[in-house]
Amino acid sequence: METMIILLAGVLVSVATYLLLSKNMIRVVLGTAILSHAVHLLLMTMGGLKIGSVPILGDTVETYTDALPQALILTAIVISFAVTAFFLVLVYRTYQTTGTDNLLEMKGTEEDE
Amino acid sequence: MNNILVFPMVLPIIAGVILLFFRSKPAIQRWGSILTMIAVFAISLWILFQVMDQTILRLNFGEWAPPFGITFVADAFAMLLVTSSSLVSILCLLYAAFAKDEKREKFFLYPFLLLLVAGVNGSFLTGDLFNLFVCFEVMLLASYVLMTLGGEKRQLTEGIKYILINILSSWFFLLGIAYLYGSLGTLNMAHLSQRIAEAGQPPLLTTISILFLVVFSLKAGLVLYFWLPGSYSALPTAVSALFAALLTKVGVYALFRVFTLLFYHEPSITHTIIGLMAIITMAGGSIGAIAYTDLRKIAAYNVIIAIGFILVGLAANNEAAIQGSIYYLMHDILVKGLLFLIIGTVIYVTGKTKLDQASGLITSYPLLGWLFLITTLSLGGIPPFSGFAGKLLIGQGALEAGEYVIVAAAFLSSLFVLYSLLRIFLNMFWGETSISQKNRVILPKGMIAPCLILALLTVGLGLGMGVVSPFVAEAAHVLMNPEIYIEGALKDE
Amino acid sequence: MRENDVILQTVSKVAVFIILTFGVYLFLAGHHNPGGGFIGGLTLSSAFVLLYLAFDVETVNAGIPLDYKMVAATGVLIAIFTGMGALLFDSAFLSQTFAYFDLPIFGKTELATVVLFESGIALGVVGVVVTIIISISEDV
Repeated sequence: METMIILLAGVLVSVATYLLLSKNMIRVVLGTAILSHAVHLLLMTMGGLKIGSVPILGDTVETYTDALPQALILTAIVISFAVTAFFLVLVYRTYQTTGTDNLLEMKGTEEDE
Repeated sequence: MNNILVFPMVLPIIAGVILLFFRSKPAIQRWGSILTMIAVFAISLWILFQVMDQTILRLNFGEWAPPFGITFVADAFAMLLVTSSSLVSILCLLYAAFAKDEKREKFFLYPFLLLLVAGVNGSFLTGDLFNLFVCFEVMLLASYVLMTLGGEKRQLTEGIKYILINILSSWFFLLGIAYLYGSLGTLNMAHLSQRIAEAGQPPLLTTISILFLVVFSLKAGLVLYFWLPGSYSALPTAVSALFAALLTKVGVYALFRVFTLLFYHEPSITHTIIGLMAIITMAGGSIGAIAYTDLRKIAAYNVIIAIGFILVGLAANNEAAIQGSIYYLMHDILVKGLLFLIIGTVIYVTGKTKLDQASGLITSYPLLGWLFLITTLSLGGIPPFSGFAGKLLIGQGALEAGEYVIVAAAFLSSLFVLYSLLRIFLNMFWGETSISQKNRVILPKGMIAPCLILALLTVGLGLGMGVVSPFVAEAAHVLMNPEIYIEGALKDE
Repeated sequence: MRENDVILQTVSKVAVFIILTFGVYLFLAGHHNPGGGFIGGLTLSSAFVLLYLAFDVETVNAGIPLDYKMVAATGVLIAIFTGMGALLFDSAFLSQTFAYFDLPIFGKTELATVVLFESGIALGVVGVVVTIIISISEDV
């Protein structure tokens, strides 16, 4: 199971890399979103999957699921949600101001030219 | 239990959120935020003295004992940085209050500045690697907003690059955390240090440490500084001063923490790489500083040179060098704030951004000119000013460690710093005055006051080395002896 | 261009209340089951977003005159102050407690201070999400 998820994370990273390298700003935003999902999956897998019990440790309990990775992922998801939302708004504003969604047309500044 | 530890982070957040309700009252926003930072400064000074008494203070959030819960751990190193960053934020806020940029003030300039400070202070104080990530993100989110606040075209395009780079580096940070948790099963820094010491830092952990090196280098601008000059020069003055003073320093702090507390067993690999990176950074920064004529670019490249210089101390990795780095770190927080404030003021009075577009400013603005000269000398490390002690100690420590090449590069870079800033001084302040008396912009006293206070502080820090040195010595002592930190961060109360 | 959105509007009128109820349920269930402030808040804000989709911004703003930035700010303040509240009882920042009470209708009920904290989170999430959606949509 872990191997499957790790492979899935790898696929997501390659998809995200492809999107990040494109010229279109919306694709770049999608790329960052997928990138963060890939690392969330990895984080979850690092805590171990499919142990099949609840994350409560007691005296008589033999196995328990590590609750920490889940807490970490929830925090990371909230953060990536906020960042992606802000990035999306920013990209939209930039598109309005510059009139282009092509990153190649945003190289440098007017003064450098 | 020391609930006081949480105040340097929580107080700015509370104040910032309350200020959101006073959108239409700029006076309350200005003075409210300044008063908050003065309170934070007083509290952190108090904690600093407590730390000198008790070595390490700790707070368990929600009374969860370490290593299970989140902790805030204050040692002398962290508190020195919290104190100096609070001090410099007071002065930057003061500058912003007098610059009266009403367009940005209406869009919550002060709440986000306070949020930025909260993230920075939280990063210094936290004792947990994941919490460090969270505090980094708080700081970065605030910086994203500040970066793009105002919505000028240049800010937006630079902002997109800045955010993209930081999302990527946060991604690497999470990746490193995932690998570290997978291999060691803990994220409390003291606990991690214990487990790494038990395992003797095998190659796998050294590889993970390189991942963290990449992450923090991106944040600090060590070698991976390509994003820095463009984005810093797109900002309004007070914000750029705060960015230059604080943001990169948090990355430097994280590098010091991680490579003195966690991954200190293989210095021949990790610390050699850091030394190499420091040399490349100083070389690249020096080239940039003398290549450009844009004032803000020159100042931004000076930030990069300083980062390289501070990390020479970490590469040398002995107590003298680390002391020098801490000294230089505090100096740099104050003086980089000062440099950016003065550069911003020069651009404000001349309306020009290049050094060959104005001259003879010293006849119209004598105080500004002499303050700039003080900044130049202080950054160059000339004796009575604060840069000298740090440079001396770093040089001494690196020579002890036998790092002759790095020392040579470091002091060569100081010459470039001096040259790049003297070039501004000679071109803009000396010579025929280019401003006629009737076109003269009146310089508000409130804008020059923070610069004056910062200049006095750098002189004070240079002359008052004896007052600060016990704190710096204590900080370096704790950094070089991880068992003190571990003992303080894990012991039962 | 004005589309014919009678179906969307009619369904929304009913669906919004179902979503709101489900959001409150998720929020309260969070103490022992899947749910909590963040998830509950997201569900609640999806109800608001549905309203904005079905009717236009002016109509909804006339019906619900809330400044969502201030909702978010209130939420964050509540969350922080419940954390700081622990300081009054001489325990560490963010400490929580719970106790059982005999309430008239519900019988023996567990009341926890963490619900106060979570309500701050929920308000914060609602405020932020709706602010973002409105700021993207307002000038299309």
